[in-house]
Amino acid sequence: MTALVEARGVTRILPETVPVTLVEDIDLTVGHGELVAITGPSGSGKSSLLYLLGLLDTPTEGEVLFDGQPTHELEKDAKSAIRLAGIGFVFQFHFLLPEFTVLGNVMIPMRRLGRWPRTEAEQRAAAILESLGLGDHMHKRPDQISGGQRQRVAVARALANDPPLILADEPTGSLDSHASEQVFQILREVPARGDKSIVAVTHDLDIANRMDRRVHLVDGRIVLDEQMHANV
Amino acid sequence: MHLLVDIAYTHIHGRGRQTLVSIAGVTLGVGFAIGMAALMQGSQDEFVGTLIDAMPHVQVTDEQRTPPVQPAARAFDAVAFRGLRPEDDIRGILNPVAAVARLRGWVPGSLSIGLSLQGVARYGGTERAVQIMGVEPRDALKVSAIGEDMVEGRFEELDAAGFLAIIGDRLAKRLSVTLGDSLRLTTATGLARQFKVVGLFHSGVVATDEGLVYVRLKAAQVLAGRQNAINDIRIRLRDPNAARLVAARAEEMLGYKSVSWQEANEDLLEAFQIRNTIMYTVVGAILVVAGFGIFNIVSIITHEKARDIAILKSLGFREADIRSIFLAEGALMGLAGSLFGAALGYGLTSIMASIEFEFEQQTEVTHLPVTYNWVHYTIASGLAVAAATIAGYLPARKASEGNPVDIIRGAT
Repeated sequence: MTALVEARGVTRILPETVPVTLVEDIDLTVGHGELVAITGPSGSGKSSLLYLLGLLDTPTEGEVLFDGQPTHELEKDAKSAIRLAGIGFVFQFHFLLPEFTVLGNVMIPMRRLGRWPRTEAEQRAAAILESLGLGDHMHKRPDQISGGQRQRVAVARALANDPPLILADEPTGSLDSHASEQVFQILREVPARGDKSIVAVTHDLDIANRMDRRVHLVDGRIVLDEQMHANV
Repeated sequence: MHLLVDIAYTHIHGRGRQTLVSIAGVTLGVGFAIGMAALMQGSQDEFVGTLIDAMPHVQVTDEQRTPPVQPAARAFDAVAFRGLRPEDDIRGILNPVAAVARLRGWVPGSLSIGLSLQGVARYGGTERAVQIMGVEPRDALKVSAIGEDMVEGRFEELDAAGFLAIIGDRLAKRLSVTLGDSLRLTTATGLARQFKVVGLFHSGVVATDEGLVYVRLKAAQVLAGRQNAINDIRIRLRDPNAARLVAARAEEMLGYKSVSWQEANEDLLEAFQIRNTIMYTVVGAILVVAGFGIFNIVSIITHEKARDIAILKSLGFREADIRSIFLAEGALMGLAGSLFGAALGYGLTSIMASIEFEFEQQTEVTHLPVTYNWVHYTIASGLAVAAATIAGYLPARKASEGNPVDIIRGAT
């Protein structure tokens, strides 16, 4: 399996009055089509590692490679371009733009990328929403749908530009068990949508155990990296 | 609609009331700026128009800008001379026929020659110091608005044989002269003649209406005791703005002082420039104040939308995209304010133009002089959009430079 995103000796220290180490000397490779769960106690650096893999944050030491390309010397705009076309984010909260409809939110990354003409982008966004069971809610605003539906819209938005990597930070953390299961199932099926990789931060061990692989962090270091073959 | 403008629109639309207040600030700024500019430009145009109509565009007199060199100075290389009697200065334009012919060859307009004398007008026991202006009536009509200023009689009547005069209505009043009366004009040389008053004019300029007497050029030459003498050439140009160039060329050609209407009113025109500078400074200040309103609302929006900004960045929007969104918000409000402001300015100008004034001394109703000039609309709107965009830029820059991770962490 070839590497899609790779962390090599990555350390992130916040330059506070007393420096805070978020993650330390992380070596992690995520291959194409892999489903990886990052687990660990609160404050162990799970989200920080996710932001570093997603090029939202910059390592203090070490480097992150995306699709084999070193990113530590890239300008901000180049990293933005990688995020736009290559990475989809799903956060604990949906973070949809309240002024846009469900369809409009999903179309935002597509319109920014400009890969598809407006009509085609609209059709494509509608198809993604249909596949996630949101066909009846496309023209509603985020405050007119349920929490679980909003999180599914956030997943649809992450899938909009057909990125090879989806990074999810506690995607089911704010949902009830039913909605949580729905969202997980959708994420679980994502790799089938074209060799996509998913890295998901979660507290939920049940969800983590149903992924391909689990990476466990404690105090900013990887203490366990195991394949969950039985569940694949 | 472009995505960034689309997002910008949703932001300002989401804060409807504050957006309207900000737009209203720009609207008032632009509207009053246009109204004020229309009024000031209008009054300036009317004044300059009156000036251009009332006086020759170029006036050539028998004076010289530098005094002639005296014979002693030409003969001796001395620092100073005392007790010399200067060479007599024979006044008047030399070879007037040739001089006029040379001017007529290239001047784009009409010429009128004349002889101006200082004298005294006497009627009954009353005397007034006057300027006696000898003119060729038909030519004078072409270079001045005297024909339109006539309140009694016609200016062409000067052309008839005999010693005839046309005087200002104020002078007539002071001397108690009426049409058909004969007044006595005496020049500094002591020569005097009786002139029959055949017309009265009212130029609106008190000094002129009280102190100017028009006579035929021949009559003035008789009073001066100098046949064929002239000391005044007046030129009216098809394009008054060419007066400076024409005056300079005429002076170079004839050697006599040639004064354009701009030079003659230099102080006044400078005063207008200062007034305009003050006006545009005030307009700029108004728009800067309006800009603060926009700065305020864009700052609030960037603060409120910090989370959205972070999300957009995580989706792959560049810092420049984020800046563009908030710049567009400022520009949109500035543009809306400019459009409404232009309409308000037009309305204000129309209202001012319709205000009527009635003065006792004038039979016609007077309106406030205003000008509808697209330049005012362009400058005011352009300044407003620029001020609004700059006002949006400061918070936009701050918003774009924020670290999305900090905001996402804070939000979660």
